[in-house]
Amino acid sequence: MDILIYGTINSVTLALYALGFALVYGVSRLPNFAHGAIYVLSGFIAWSAVNTFGLNYPVSIVLTMVVTALIGSAIYLLFLIRVRGMAISEIIASYAIALAILEGLRWGGFKGMTYTLPPFVSGSTSIAGVSVDYQRLLVVAVGAALVGFLWVFTHHTRIGLALRGMAQDERAALMLGIDSDVMAVVAMALGSMLASLAALLLLPLGNIVVESGYNVLILAIAVCIVGGIGSWVGAVLAAFLIGFAQILTVVYLGAHYQMVVALLAIILTLILKPSGLFGQQKELEERV
Amino acid sequence: MNAESGQRRRERIDRGIKVRTAGLYALMSWRELAYLILPRLVLIVGLLGLPMAMPGMYWQRVISIVCIYALLALVFDFLAHFVGLVSLGGAFFVGTGGYLSALLNVKLGLSPLLCVPVATLLGGAVCTLLLLPCLPLRGVYFAIVTLMYPLLLARVIEALNILGGTDGIMGIDSLPSAWMEQYLVIVLVLVVLFGLRRLVNTDLGLVLRAVKDNDQAVRASAMNVTFYKSLGVFIGASIGCLAGACLVHIYMWAGISTFALDFSVLPIAATVIGGSGTLVGPVLGCLILVPVSELLRDFGTLRIVFYSLILLGFTVFRSEGLMVFGQRKYHQFERWKSI
Repeated sequence: MDILIYGTINSVTLALYALGFALVYGVSRLPNFAHGAIYVLSGFIAWSAVNTFGLNYPVSIVLTMVVTALIGSAIYLLFLIRVRGMAISEIIASYAIALAILEGLRWGGFKGMTYTLPPFVSGSTSIAGVSVDYQRLLVVAVGAALVGFLWVFTHHTRIGLALRGMAQDERAALMLGIDSDVMAVVAMALGSMLASLAALLLLPLGNIVVESGYNVLILAIAVCIVGGIGSWVGAVLAAFLIGFAQILTVVYLGAHYQMVVALLAIILTLILKPSGLFGQQKELEERV
Repeated sequence: MNAESGQRRRERIDRGIKVRTAGLYALMSWRELAYLILPRLVLIVGLLGLPMAMPGMYWQRVISIVCIYALLALVFDFLAHFVGLVSLGGAFFVGTGGYLSALLNVKLGLSPLLCVPVATLLGGAVCTLLLLPCLPLRGVYFAIVTLMYPLLLARVIEALNILGGTDGIMGIDSLPSAWMEQYLVIVLVLVVLFGLRRLVNTDLGLVLRAVKDNDQAVRASAMNVTFYKSLGVFIGASIGCLAGACLVHIYMWAGISTFALDFSVLPIAATVIGGSGTLVGPVLGCLILVPVSELLRDFGTLRIVFYSLILLGFTVFRSEGLMVFGQRKYHQFERWKSI
């Protein structure tokens, strides 16, 4: 029972990490390697909004999400727009941004155990004999709601459809009057907002540490690659697959193996089925 | 043909001397010979003379580290711009070569002079074997896999507590003399640099570049794309492992930090700054970047911020790099022309 409940929570956590990355990469083909950095950054923004500026918690949450969305679009408008379409330059540029943000935060003195956000709801309950705190339940609920919302968003709204159009055929989308740069800005803003939402939900469960930025990025990439690009079903399924695999290895092998699972998943998927479990597009293109 | 439109454009024309030195006629005069030989001579003499110009032991050690990074940057440039495989895994090569050489030295008791070449070839083979399954992949996927391998290996060593675990392998012999330690890596950089330049102009290099530009055409010529890619990776990985093996014997220690991201990121930054696709550029980039990051060591992680910002700036705003710029100025002149 332990495994089932904490596996589910871990899986939803992974899905939350990955949603923003999946939206930006799967939908607008922009590998945003600054995703993990934005995640950590928004944690620190929320922390300083609460503790330095003394705002109350709900206000600072909204503020954090707005600021993060602005940062995301600024990153695109200032830097990534110039290297759009050159996949390697995109990776190098966004990874350089991530390094600059994370190491800058580390240098700025944000390290150690002292930075924590308060949970939304405190207290805990027990499900089938396993005690679970409310914040973790909230994570699961919000995660599930978010996946549903994103599916509806990308299938039934104009902006969402435009985003998917860009991913599938950029030229055709351009001919139909979809401005690719505007859409990429929208995608980056939404993706960053999702990263900050994930940060606000998950960071109260632990401390804000700079290192988690790198781990979040790796886990997000793992979920997206295993699930297949541009497929929400695949992403959710991959999150559950990796999430349960991680919990099982932690229980039966030891905590050290948690990241090994994610990294192995990436490598094995790329070797065996590079388009992922559910990625239908691009299967033929990626192999020589 | 309105010559008086008031608009101008800049026109670039090859210098006469560049055209004259392209063929056998270069041998006709000292001036042409100097035009060809001088830049190369400056590089060779400069690199060989560098340790003597350094104030002390510390900076001589920095020069060795510059050379290690230069080897890695050469590997990145060779794989990315002549084979078409973007490898973000410099650390993978360094770690494999380093650990292999350390094991050969400590467990089998071989001398460092034997360990280094064996680790080079063996490491190249191991890396190629591990990367072989993902060679058919195109584009960013190879980059992601190579980025993940060093992280994975570091975690595996940590988790299984093998190969010395988090403490690393200690008590590795150093190279026979300090003099040799200093010059081995410098000579290796020069040999690899000029060797790779030779290689990319041979028939094999032509095929490798064809794999990068149009793999379907290579396939249509009845050549096995994956074979040539793995050959390219073997050459690159061997050089990377060589760098790792030298590093281990210089530090007399091999540990998880040989898989650190520094070995992946800094060579790429150096290549971007120095000028990608020139092979000389990466060496130049390392000569600039490593000492600067050494000077900034007092600022802690700020130096990573610093060089990632340089990397970002060069990737986004000046993607040609210093060496391409320099070569253009050397070979061509510019003039304004009204249109």
